[in-house]
Amino acid sequence: MSGQAAAADVAAHTLVCRLERIPREAGVCALVDGRAVAVFRTHDDEVFALGNYDPFSRASVLARGIVGTRGDVPFVASPMHKQGFDLRTGQCLDDAAVRVPTYDVAVRDGTVLVGPARESPGEGP
Amino acid sequence: MSPHLRRTLVVVGHGMVGHRFVQAAIERGLTETHDVVVVGEEPRPAYDRVALTSFFDVGAEALSFLPDGEYDDPRVRLLLGTTVEEVDPAARTLRLSDGGELAYDELVLATGAAPFVPPVPGHDLPGCFVYRTIEDLEAIREAAAGARTGAVVGGGLLGLEAANALHGLGLETHVVEMAPRLMPVQVDDAGGATLARHVEALGLRLHTGVATEAVVERDGRAAGLDLGEETVEADVVVFSAGIRPRDALARAAGLDVAERGGVLVDEQCRTSDPHVWAVGECAAPGGRMYGLVAPGYAMAEVVVDALLGGAGAFTGADMSTKLKLMGVDVASFGDAFATTDGALELVLADAVAGLYKKLVVSEDGRRLLGGILVGDASAYGVLRPMVSSGIELPDNPEELILPAARGGGAEVVLPDEAQVCSCNDVSKADIVAAAACDGTTRAGATCGSCKPLVKKVVEDYYASQGRTVDRSLCEHFAMTRQELFDAVAVHGHTSFDEVVAAHGTGRGCDVCKPTVASVLASQLGRHVLGEGRAVLQDTNDAYLANIQRDGTYSVVPRVPGGEITPDGLIVIGEVARDFGLYTKITGGQRIDLFGARLEQLPDIWRRLVDAGFESGHAYGKSLRTVKSCVGSTWCRYGVQDSVRMAIDLELRYRGLRSPHKLKGGVSGCARECAEARAKDFGIIATEKGWNLYVGGNGGATPAHARLLAGDLDDETLVRYLDRFLLYYIRTADRLQRTAPWIDSLDGGLDRVREVVVDDALGLGAELEAAMARHVAGYRDEWRDTLEDPEKLARFVSFVNAPDVPDPHIGFRVERDQQVPAEPGGPVVLGSAIPVGAPR
Repeated sequence: MSGQAAAADVAAHTLVCRLERIPREAGVCALVDGRAVAVFRTHDDEVFALGNYDPFSRASVLARGIVGTRGDVPFVASPMHKQGFDLRTGQCLDDAAVRVPTYDVAVRDGTVLVGPARESPGEGP
Repeated sequence: MSPHLRRTLVVVGHGMVGHRFVQAAIERGLTETHDVVVVGEEPRPAYDRVALTSFFDVGAEALSFLPDGEYDDPRVRLLLGTTVEEVDPAARTLRLSDGGELAYDELVLATGAAPFVPPVPGHDLPGCFVYRTIEDLEAIREAAAGARTGAVVGGGLLGLEAANALHGLGLETHVVEMAPRLMPVQVDDAGGATLARHVEALGLRLHTGVATEAVVERDGRAAGLDLGEETVEADVVVFSAGIRPRDALARAAGLDVAERGGVLVDEQCRTSDPHVWAVGECAAPGGRMYGLVAPGYAMAEVVVDALLGGAGAFTGADMSTKLKLMGVDVASFGDAFATTDGALELVLADAVAGLYKKLVVSEDGRRLLGGILVGDASAYGVLRPMVSSGIELPDNPEELILPAARGGGAEVVLPDEAQVCSCNDVSKADIVAAAACDGTTRAGATCGSCKPLVKKVVEDYYASQGRTVDRSLCEHFAMTRQELFDAVAVHGHTSFDEVVAAHGTGRGCDVCKPTVASVLASQLGRHVLGEGRAVLQDTNDAYLANIQRDGTYSVVPRVPGGEITPDGLIVIGEVARDFGLYTKITGGQRIDLFGARLEQLPDIWRRLVDAGFESGHAYGKSLRTVKSCVGSTWCRYGVQDSVRMAIDLELRYRGLRSPHKLKGGVSGCARECAEARAKDFGIIATEKGWNLYVGGNGGATPAHARLLAGDLDDETLVRYLDRFLLYYIRTADRLQRTAPWIDSLDGGLDRVREVVVDDALGLGAELEAAMARHVAGYRDEWRDTLEDPEKLARFVSFVNAPDVPDPHIGFRVERDQQVPAEPGGPVVLGSAIPVGAPR
C-alpha cells in the first residue's frame, strides 16, 4: 500500500521515478507492463498506485486529477468529470459499484517502485 | 381553428400595462385564437416608466421591455407612433392618426394617464415640461444644458423624482408643494419632515404649503415661479402635480366614465360596452383610479382571464409604495394614516440618524395595519406582507423597526398566502412552489423592493428541506469565495498550504484547490504552474490546454480581436498539419487545434510561440476572447474602429483569472455584428464614443448584457471596465458568471453602476491600480513554461517512458481529419493502435 508496506519481491516491481519527481498531492503516470498506472504522493509522503484508466470517461487520465481528502479519505478527483476515487482501495466515492485496480507500490532508497495489480475489480480493461 | 375564425383584439396604448397585457395574452394562449394589434402613440415600444429617471444614466434602450422591437409571437402586431383618433363601439372599429381604420372583436384601452398641469398663467411657455415619457426627459435634458436653475411643481413621489433629475442635471432646484409636507399621499407630517431634512441636505430647496400662482416669463420663456410671497428663479419648470386618467377616447365613444375621471369598469375590467375593456391608469374600477403599476398589471391579467372565459376579478389593490429617492428610503403601506377605528401608532423617530418609522397596529395590538418608513425601509419587505396576511404581531412589535444594533430585526414567519411581491402578485406559496421544482416566478421583477424577502423565503425553504443554503465552498472551507478572497488579501497568503492551515480543514479537493488557485492568481499574478500551484489547478489550467474526451488536449493560440495575418494563418495550418491536429474555427474568432497528446504540447507551443503566438487562455477561468466586427476600417456602416478596441482590450485583460470564464465583444455600430451583448462585457460604438454593456452570456442560460454607461470615450471605457472586472473578480461566487453575479447584488445593475461609475465605495482607484499591476505583470504562460525545465518535466506521457505514447489514445479519420477512435466506445489497452500522425 504505502512506502512502509513494502512488497517482498522487488524484482517484480517496475522502477517508476524518484519520489521527488512526484509533487506532493499530485500524481504521475507510469508505464507498468504495458499498462498506464497512476502513482500518487499525498501531503504526508504516502504513495499510492491506481489504474490510470477512468472507467467513467473511458480515458487514461486519473494521474492528472486533483488530490486531496474527503473526510479522512485520501482521494483523487478524475480530471474529466470529477468522480472521486479512494487512493487506498480504488473504490469510487461517488458510485459504490465502481472501483479501479490498485497496485503494490513501494519507496526504496527514494525510488518509487510499482508492483503487480492487487486484484481485478472487474472494471476497466 | 381555421384562420377565418380568428378574432381580432386591439390594444390601445403600449405602456407598461399594455405590454403586460400582451405578454399575458401570449403566455396564456389568447393569441391561439386572437390576432393582437397594439397601437402605441410613443415612437418606441413599452419601457420601464417606473425607472424613467435612470434614462439619464443608461439611455432609452436599457429601459426597453422589447429591445428587439417586436414580440416573439407573429400574431402580435405593433403599430408605434400611431394614435387612435376615434372609437366606434357600435361598428367595432377605430380610426387611426395615419388615416387607417381597424376593426376589432375586442378592444382593450390601456391609454394610461397624463400629467396634470395646473392652469396657471404661463404654464405653456417654452421651458415648461412634464415628466412622463422618454421624449419629455430628452427635452428636459436639452433645456437643462443651457440653464442654471430649475423648479418642480409638485412634491409628491413623481415630483421628487423629477427634482432629483434636475438636480442631477446640475440645476439649482426648487420643489414647490401645495400640501404642508412632501409626499402628502404616502407619509404623515413627521415622516414628511424627516424626508425634507434628507432632501434639503442634498441641496434641494423646498417650499411646502405654497401654491404656484404663475410661471414668470422673460424673453418669451419660463424664468421662474411666482409663489405669491416670493418668486424663485427657474429656467426649467417641470409640472408634476398629479396625474389624470386619459379617458377622452372612451368619453367621445359614449362609454361611462367615473365622476373623478377614468373609464368606469366592473370587476372584470369591462366597460359599459361589453366588447371594450380598460386597464391601468385610464381605468376606474368601482369609480377609483389606481396610479401605480401593480394594480394595472393585475387588471391586465384579469382581462386576459376574462377573454379566456375565466372568472378572475379585480377587487382593489394594495397601494403600498417603497422607493429610494435621492438615496433616501421611503415606504408607505396599508393604513399608513391610522384611519381604522381604534388604531394605535408605534413611532420610532431619530432625527439625528434621519429615521422615522411608524407602525399602525390594531386596537388590541395584535395585528399590523400599516406603516410609514423614512430613512430606512429595510423592514418593508417583511412588514407589508404582514398587513395583507393578518398574521399576529410578535410580543415586542417595536423590534420590527428598531435598527438591528438596538435589538431590532425580529424574525417573522409569514403564512403561505402572504403576498411577497405586490407588483406581480406572487405569494410566499408561489415562491416556495417554484423553489421546490427549481422554477421561477416574476417576484422582484418590477420594482425589486421584495428581492431580499424573496431570497429569504427561498433560503428558508431550502433549509427546511435540508438543502443547505450553507454557502460554504466545500467541506474544507466554511466560507464563500468572496470571504476567501478577502481573507487571502488581508493575510497576504501566497500558497494553498497557508490558506488551508489558517482558514480550512483537511487537505482540500477539486473544488477548493482551483478556487484558491484562482484567488491567488488574481491577487499575486504569478505563473499558474509556479511554486507548487500546478497541483491546485484543474487539468486544463494544469496543462495550459483543454482536455478532450479521449484525454488528449486542444490548443488555442490567442488571435486578439479575431484579426490574423495570412502568415499567421499559415503557421497555424502548418502546425496542425505537422502534428496531425484536427482544426476547427471557434465561436470566439480563433482556431482550435484538437488531438494533442500531453507530451506533444510543449513542441506545439514552441512552434507557435516562435511564430509570435501566445496562449489564448482557452483553458482558464479567465478572459477568453474579445470578439469584434470589422469596424469602421472596412465597413461602410461602422462608426468606430471596433477591431482596434477589441485588440486593445483583449491584450489588456489577457490572462486575468476570474471566478468563471470571461468573454468580451466590440461592435463598430448599432448593427451589433459582433454580438457584443451576448458577452460578459460588450461594447457598441456610438457616434460619440462607446456604450458599455455588462452581464451577457450565451450557453444554457442566455442573458443579454445590459447598459452600464453610454457614450464613453476610450479612457473612461477602459477605466469602467477595469473597475467592473475587478469588482466582479473580488466579489463573485465560484463559477458564477457576470449575469447571475449582477443579479445577486443588492440593487443589481444599479449597484454595479454605483460602484463602477459613481465610485460609491471609493474603490475605483484601488481597482484601477490592481488592474494596472495585472497588465504590467502579464507574461505568456506557454513561453514561461517552455523556458522552465521544472515545469516542462510534467509534460510526459509516462514518467518512466517519456517518449512512449499512451496506447489508450487512438484516432480514426472523419471528413479528412483525425478524430478520437470510436467516440465513447471501449478502448483496448495495449493493442497496437497507430498513434498520432508522423512528426
